[in-house]
Amino acid sequence: MLRSGNGLNALLLVAVVVCGLSVVTSQHKARKLFIELQKEKESAQRMEVEWGQLQLEQSTWATPGRVGEIAEQRLQMHTPGNGQVRFIWTEPDGQTNNQP
Amino acid sequence: MNYAASAHPDIAAKLPGWRAIVLFALLLAGLGGLLGRGVYLQGIHDDFLQKKGDARYGRVIEISAHRGMITDRNGEPLAVSTPVESVWASPPDVEADRRQVKKLAQILGMDVEEVKNRLFNVSRDFVYLKRQLPPDQVERVVSLNIPGVLLQREYRRYYPAGEKAAQTLGFTGQDDNGQEGLELAFQGRLAGKPGSQRVIKDRRGHIVEDIGSLHAPKHGGDVTLSLDSRVQYLAYRELKSAVENHHARSGAAVVLDARSGEVLALANYPSYNPNNRVNVSSHAMRNRAVADLFEPGSTMKPFTVATAIEAGKVSPNTLINTENGVFTVGDRKIHDSHPESMMTVAQVIQKSSNVGAAKIALSLRSEALWQSFSDSGFGAPTGSNFPGEASGRLRDAKTWRPIEQATMSYGHGMSVNLLQLARAYTIFANDGELKPVSLLRLDAPAPGKRVFSSRTTRAMRDMLEMVVRADGTAPLAQVAGYRVAGKTGTAHKLENGRYVDRYVASFVGFAPVSNPRLVVAVMIDEPNNGQYYGGLVAAPVFSRVTDAALHALNVPNDAPLDNVIAPSANIVEEEV
Repeated sequence: MLRSGNGLNALLLVAVVVCGLSVVTSQHKARKLFIELQKEKESAQRMEVEWGQLQLEQSTWATPGRVGEIAEQRLQMHTPGNGQVRFIWTEPDGQTNNQP
Repeated sequence: MNYAASAHPDIAAKLPGWRAIVLFALLLAGLGGLLGRGVYLQGIHDDFLQKKGDARYGRVIEISAHRGMITDRNGEPLAVSTPVESVWASPPDVEADRRQVKKLAQILGMDVEEVKNRLFNVSRDFVYLKRQLPPDQVERVVSLNIPGVLLQREYRRYYPAGEKAAQTLGFTGQDDNGQEGLELAFQGRLAGKPGSQRVIKDRRGHIVEDIGSLHAPKHGGDVTLSLDSRVQYLAYRELKSAVENHHARSGAAVVLDARSGEVLALANYPSYNPNNRVNVSSHAMRNRAVADLFEPGSTMKPFTVATAIEAGKVSPNTLINTENGVFTVGDRKIHDSHPESMMTVAQVIQKSSNVGAAKIALSLRSEALWQSFSDSGFGAPTGSNFPGEASGRLRDAKTWRPIEQATMSYGHGMSVNLLQLARAYTIFANDGELKPVSLLRLDAPAPGKRVFSSRTTRAMRDMLEMVVRADGTAPLAQVAGYRVAGKTGTAHKLENGRYVDRYVASFVGFAPVSNPRLVVAVMIDEPNNGQYYGGLVAAPVFSRVTDAALHALNVPNDAPLDNVIAPSANIVEEEV
């Protein structure tokens, strides 16, 4: 009885040590992962900021005023004048119908 | 007890019995003490100790929340907050040689002496070097790596549309709070609420564990306006050129969706660049379309005439004796600039006869006229909730004298703002229903309020279309390919209660007449280049804005493309 008791104690001791170590490692892992998560969150926020800036940039480049100016001055385009625009009605059956 | 006995069997008997009891009691007391301490630490004193422990490694960090975006109806951004860095220094910690200081000054575009003064002013712990830098400059400052020179993140708001919608959008202050315009009106929805979070930080400042958030940050919500940035641009462009050509003091234009009452454009000139508000005068910041009141003048005549038609007093073909252009009410005379002996009601509108309008008004009860003006939204706020909106003045009918009832019929003795006027014209564009104005995009048109019957408004639409014919007051309002209708207005300005020889020229109209989509109102304040009639100053702006906006919105033609008839050399001028 004494002998088997010692064996059990040794087994339990090993189990306790293993559990203890695994608690430590998993805690460590958890912290590492958390840092990772934090980094990802930061980069997500950075990207969001960048997205905002890009959006801003795009809308600044694409203001109607600037587009109009470039179209007229650099590309020599002009707004279609009187009589140069025709509206074409599409009927449900796919036929087109030219009106005024 | 028998350990002692077995070790020293000879003295066992000498041991007094109380020793064992005392020892036992002492041990028990010790155990009790430990238990008590344990309970005390874990149970009673726990909060304090937890706090102390947290203070060693726990930190509360602030999580910033950004302000929501304002977009137009198609999602184009009109106001966006983006973080920028400000460079500040902590003078006691600064270690920099002369070369570094010179370089820093160069990057920041500041005077070297100035930078030196700020950097080495040891009496202060915190001094801004420059606020809100563009990102490329920030990178160069960081690369200098000067100890004691640090960055702070702040939010800055940008307005891509610049001066075109400046007064409508308004702006925010240093702390990103709305101060003017829609930024102020929608402050509650746009503003973010910074949150905070309790975390554990290690020695190097890394966050290693998230203990819990105290309050979650609330990012500001986005606001989708009813504005269409293309239409806004077109309105601003045409308004600007008109104000400049006529050397006017200012001008405003409103474009409404005739079916839903949504505001598609709200433009003002002069304007300012909201991205750089140095030396901006309050003159340029004023949203004239909403905050300025003026006497509407002849643009009120359609409401007078529609009331009379509705009451069954007249029909469009009823002949009115216009007294050869002079009509006396009490001791005052009302004039027409194009005196005629007789006119039909339709011609009263087309040629903008004051005598005709006055006579029609005097055939009505003053309460009836007041009621229909009031139902048309005059004298009350438009419900746009725009900060600083002036609601205009419409006096109680009980106080009207006959001369006032007569002058009110052609828009004198009352005041309106341009948005109110544009909104009132939705009645004619909408078969008699007044639409509420909305600065936010609507998914479904709001229900209107019936003011006139659809028969009356259809008759009025025909009369208003005659205004833009060659023999009306506003042939310059015509648009190629579309039927348009509207009414000119020219009014003396009031100064200290007296009329002066400065004018407000206006034109309000809608198009296409067959199925109105847009209501456009234009107001030019003090045109000063020889012309001041609404038909000459404001109508061309209406024509160009309407033409461009109808094309931009892909509205099909409802008239042949050669419908524009050149006006006769002498455009019918209205009396003011």
